[in-house]
Amino acid sequence: MFYRENGQFKTTYQSDQQIFPIPQDRWIILGIVAFAFLGIPLLVDEYLFRAILIPFLILSLAALGVNILVGYCGQITLGAGAFMAVGAYAAYNFLIRVSGMPALGAILLGGLTAAAVGIVFGIPSLRVRGLYLAVATLAAQFFCDWAFLRVKWFTNDSSSGSVSVADINLLGWTIDSPTDKYLFCLGILVVFSLAAKNLVRGSIGRQWMAIRDMDVAATVIGIRPMYAKLSAFAVSSFYVGVAGALWGFVHLGSWEPAAFSIDRSFQLLFMVIIGGMGSIVGSFFGAAFIVILPIFLNQMLPLVGDLFALEVSIALVSHVEIMIFGALIVFFLIVEPHGIARLWSTGREKLRLWPFPH
Amino acid sequence: MSFFLETLLGGLMSGMLYSLVALGFVLIYKASGVFNFAQGAMVLFAALSMARFSEWIPGWLGMDNLFMANVLAFVVSVVVMFAVAWLIERLVLRHLVNQEGATLLMATLGIAYFLDGVGQTIFGSDIYKIDVGMPKEPVMMLESVFEGGILINKEDFIAAFISALLVLALTVFFQKTATGRALRAVADDHQAAQSIGIPLGRIWVIVWCVAGITALVAGIIWGSKLGAQFSLSTVALRALPVVILGGLTSVPGAILGGLIIGVGEKVSEVYLGPMVGGGIEIWFAYMLALIVLLFRPQGLFGEKIIDRV
Repeated sequence: MFYRENGQFKTTYQSDQQIFPIPQDRWIILGIVAFAFLGIPLLVDEYLFRAILIPFLILSLAALGVNILVGYCGQITLGAGAFMAVGAYAAYNFLIRVSGMPALGAILLGGLTAAAVGIVFGIPSLRVRGLYLAVATLAAQFFCDWAFLRVKWFTNDSSSGSVSVADINLLGWTIDSPTDKYLFCLGILVVFSLAAKNLVRGSIGRQWMAIRDMDVAATVIGIRPMYAKLSAFAVSSFYVGVAGALWGFVHLGSWEPAAFSIDRSFQLLFMVIIGGMGSIVGSFFGAAFIVILPIFLNQMLPLVGDLFALEVSIALVSHVEIMIFGALIVFFLIVEPHGIARLWSTGREKLRLWPFPH
Repeated sequence: MSFFLETLLGGLMSGMLYSLVALGFVLIYKASGVFNFAQGAMVLFAALSMARFSEWIPGWLGMDNLFMANVLAFVVSVVVMFAVAWLIERLVLRHLVNQEGATLLMATLGIAYFLDGVGQTIFGSDIYKIDVGMPKEPVMMLESVFEGGILINKEDFIAAFISALLVLALTVFFQKTATGRALRAVADDHQAAQSIGIPLGRIWVIVWCVAGITALVAGIIWGSKLGAQFSLSTVALRALPVVILGGLTSVPGAILGGLIIGVGEKVSEVYLGPMVGGGIEIWFAYMLALIVLLFRPQGLFGEKIIDRV
């Protein structure tokens, strides 16, 4: 009844081509962003920030990056965790080795370094595709795991192998409380998602999608596969690298290479597949699902155990947790292979016809 | 010289073990086009089941014979792996026919998580011993040829022998039996195979059963070396470059790839490792596979993919 575009006539190209052509969408998105900035800091306690909201924001940024590569350009990657690591460690090195480097600058430079490394590891994509490529990207993962563990220069010769960063200071705003961290990540996420949304509907995004759908046809109509694929690798790695730097600087504070292990890569790919490949909003859904599910299971299982008067040990909880996690992923893939984003768009279609569906 | 030979032999032995795991990948990929990330979890599951049943069965039956316990545990584990294979086909793959490669890959990852969880819930999560009577003591060989001879683990030798036997059996199965021929037909062309009356569903169950058995053999051998423990499931990640190097669709490729990777890893670790700080085994195999990919995108022995990228 309220969500309907009848009677909204576009009279200029500008209004027809804007990001959200339907005013309802525009207002809803604006409302959500405003609520995220103003409402949530008032309502939410510290635990929720630390355990759910900040990881969610950072991982959705990473999922966004992976989605650009996997969902929009069709190149499967299992090395996203490595690019997060590159971003985090590069940012760390920029911060401590360049005097007077602002933290935000270090984070962005970390992203750029990750982009450069991403291009290098994207070169095999020019020769191989599909599953072979997926395994090739694993090379990046294992190489980076090794490099950050063994090459002492990256960790500034720290004896324990872990590095730590002091609280970020941004133009006099010291980001130390969970609320500040949340707002900082949210700000970056909003800017980056807006950029991503614009990238994928612009010329370069269309090139990616053409390569994804059929690369031979794309080449025939004049798209350079090398440029398109490597740019997708670069942009994706930049996003993932920035997310990695944030994960280290803001969420963890001090970290070891294990924070960006292969499990992280799998996790990011899960987010993209479950959220919806080739959908910006899907990345957020996927990230929310993957972040909240383990916490939910962790809280629920002991309660269920109490219900049946069973003694549930911590080890058992963690095993049952990964069991249910795996089962849910398979279930999801079977029931909705196109991800939560597809459910979202069906829901919207339904809403447009509501309450008179005929 | 003898040190180099020792390294080489050690590499060949561990390469044989890699190819055992790699075989599981190749079998399933050939027959159903699924890249089975759960192979490692299956190895772990099989090893845990073998270890625990050989521990439980004597208690249940009240007997005290290690050999009988192992045989019974092996039989039970085979049944368990068949059940797992059947369930995977029935509950997962059947519903995902015609989905994209990425979706299937994710589904097998989900299966891997599930199997890891179930295995450790049922069988426990400690390190369990698998004692199938493998001799542990090392032997000296070729003492007449070199001074000092070469030190070899008997266990490795037997393991390599078993692997070779398994490969031989699989080759005969694939080339000489009606089922094997049906499997190859499905691998070549699903639709054509179906149109001449080969039941796809059953073929997939069979393939997963065969992969389950290779997982069981790999699990027993790895398990008796390292103990049945969670880290076994990462063996799959070590075996991935093997398949890529050898070609995803080639059984001989899996074997040779395994040997090349095994030798390459050991030799590079011993001679190159100290220069860059050690521990390069893990990524060296991947880099090797990556370089091969750049020149031969289908791997050393894979079917040529006739499309330009």
